[in-house]
Amino acid sequence: MTAAELDAVQLSLSVALRSVLFGLPLAVLVAWILARRRVAGRIFLDAFVHLPLVLPPVVVGYLLLLLFGTRGPIGGWLYDTFGVQLIFTSAGAALATTIMTFPLMVRAIRISLEDVDAGLEDAARTLGAGAWDRFWTITLPLMLPGILAGAVTAFAAGLGEFGAVITFVSNIPGETRTLPLALYTALQTPGGDALAARLATISFSLGLAGLLAAEFIARRLRRMLGR
Amino acid sequence: MKIAATHRRNGFLLDIAIDVPTPGTVALFGRSGCGKTTLANIIAGLIQPEQAAIEVDGVVLEDTRSGHRVPTERRRIGYVFQDARLFPHRSVLGNLRYGEHRAPPTERKITLDHVVALLGLERLLDRRPRELSGGERQRVALGRALLSQPRLLLLDEPLASLDVARREEVLPYLEALRDDLAVPIIYVSHQFDEVMRLATHVVLMDNGRVVTQGAVEQVSLHPQLRAIVGAESVGSVLGGTIVAADPHTGLAAVAVGNGTLNVTLRTARPGAAVRVQVLARDVILATHPPEGLSVRNMLEGRIAYIVEDDPDADLVHVDVGGATVLARVTRAALQSLSLRVGMQIWVLVKAVSIRGHAFLAPRPPLQIFSS
Repeated sequence: MTAAELDAVQLSLSVALRSVLFGLPLAVLVAWILARRRVAGRIFLDAFVHLPLVLPPVVVGYLLLLLFGTRGPIGGWLYDTFGVQLIFTSAGAALATTIMTFPLMVRAIRISLEDVDAGLEDAARTLGAGAWDRFWTITLPLMLPGILAGAVTAFAAGLGEFGAVITFVSNIPGETRTLPLALYTALQTPGGDALAARLATISFSLGLAGLLAAEFIARRLRRMLGR
Repeated sequence: MKIAATHRRNGFLLDIAIDVPTPGTVALFGRSGCGKTTLANIIAGLIQPEQAAIEVDGVVLEDTRSGHRVPTERRRIGYVFQDARLFPHRSVLGNLRYGEHRAPPTERKITLDHVVALLGLERLLDRRPRELSGGERQRVALGRALLSQPRLLLLDEPLASLDVARREEVLPYLEALRDDLAVPIIYVSHQFDEVMRLATHVVLMDNGRVVTQGAVEQVSLHPQLRAIVGAESVGSVLGGTIVAADPHTGLAAVAVGNGTLNVTLRTARPGAAVRVQVLARDVILATHPPEGLSVRNMLEGRIAYIVEDDPDADLVHVDVGGATVLARVTRAALQSLSLRVGMQIWVLVKAVSIRGHAFLAPRPPLQIFSS
């Protein structure tokens, strides 16, 4: 691998990892609300969370530009208060990736949460466990397979996020040029076919490894948890 | 223990009032769907009722009138569910410890060692719940509930999901629990034989209401029991004391009313309190003391009531000196013997058709602390 290729792979891994770390707690919270709470407007929250699955990624990138650009309502505030700039940075790439992969995480976590028998939480309650106690000692351990599977799936998908990233943070070598962006650039460059083929192979391998890892971890955990 | 609750859901009205001394074992008895589990969930605080006043040993757990409500996690009610609900990701020991660790330190009187010995859990401690049989699961669930140091044990049909053999495996533990610990018990069931073996007070429920409540002996005579247990299983429960036991023949003589009944009961010792159930269909009535029969049991009594049972048969209530035996007699026999209220009569029952269970009347609290 050349230095540029290595850069792209490392950047992709870092962006995907940060997107998962940032999105995971939020995904657990949203999944819990969707599965366990009967709040008003739940179906709207559900639809909103799943929007990135059906919207063109370019639209998501565009909305991010509007909101998180240095003149946008949130981006402007972040820049003025903390000097944090998301646009044209790898942090911005991670944010775009989080939003695009968020539905995948929520789905996996929600399914595993719906599998957790609420009767076990009631049992814990009669044994003296309050709400947080129940969540940490019963609910969370039992939904762990779903959380980990969701995280690994989102990570694998995050490695390949293209449209929202290129729209929001552009295609800057070493900063925002992740694996798919490098692949796209190679295709646009005369004589870049060999490079493109190598990058495609790397993408393919990483994605496959991620999905297999997700399944493997979920199985191991299910057995560990006695189910 | 005082429990009054009114709760409405989907057109079903639950309206219950129970007031019984503690400790003791109260059976909530009735067919499926009569509101027993709903009531159990209200007592545990898992359902918020429209109106309720719940008090256990002087502690008010809920009083909707004053808005007082202790949340489930602070009620200290040991709930054993029909489906055990063991935590699958914890070992048996981890399950047992879960409630123990969360009980107030000052209330930790029932010890792990005691519960493990009482319920025979020694060899199960390292196992995961999925490696246990149904009966073992229920024993662990019982132990877990006990170790949470409950002020009340709530058992919701803990044997319902078990086959007959497994039920017989768990029942002795329930009896041991009732006799060994001073914790009041509410036992939800639709099996009358369990109620007969375990309860000190029975609440007969139907369609969300209390039909009758009182001692098992008394409730066993109630006409509405027939609809739940079936005509074939109607029979009176008689309380008595063992006066003699013969380990060779397996027969025990039980003083009941003004006479004695011979019952097959191997485990009993003289002086022990027992309950025997005599099914109405197994009883023969005679207007004169008969001779030359193989029947071992004959009690003398008087007919107290005659109640129509179905178009062809009647239930004759015979007072045998403070206790009542039910006899199911065909209309034809009733007429040919011209049975009527007040008449002197002899009651005959085969020893083998009597079901007997050693039963310890509630005693003062026992030493349950490990020294």
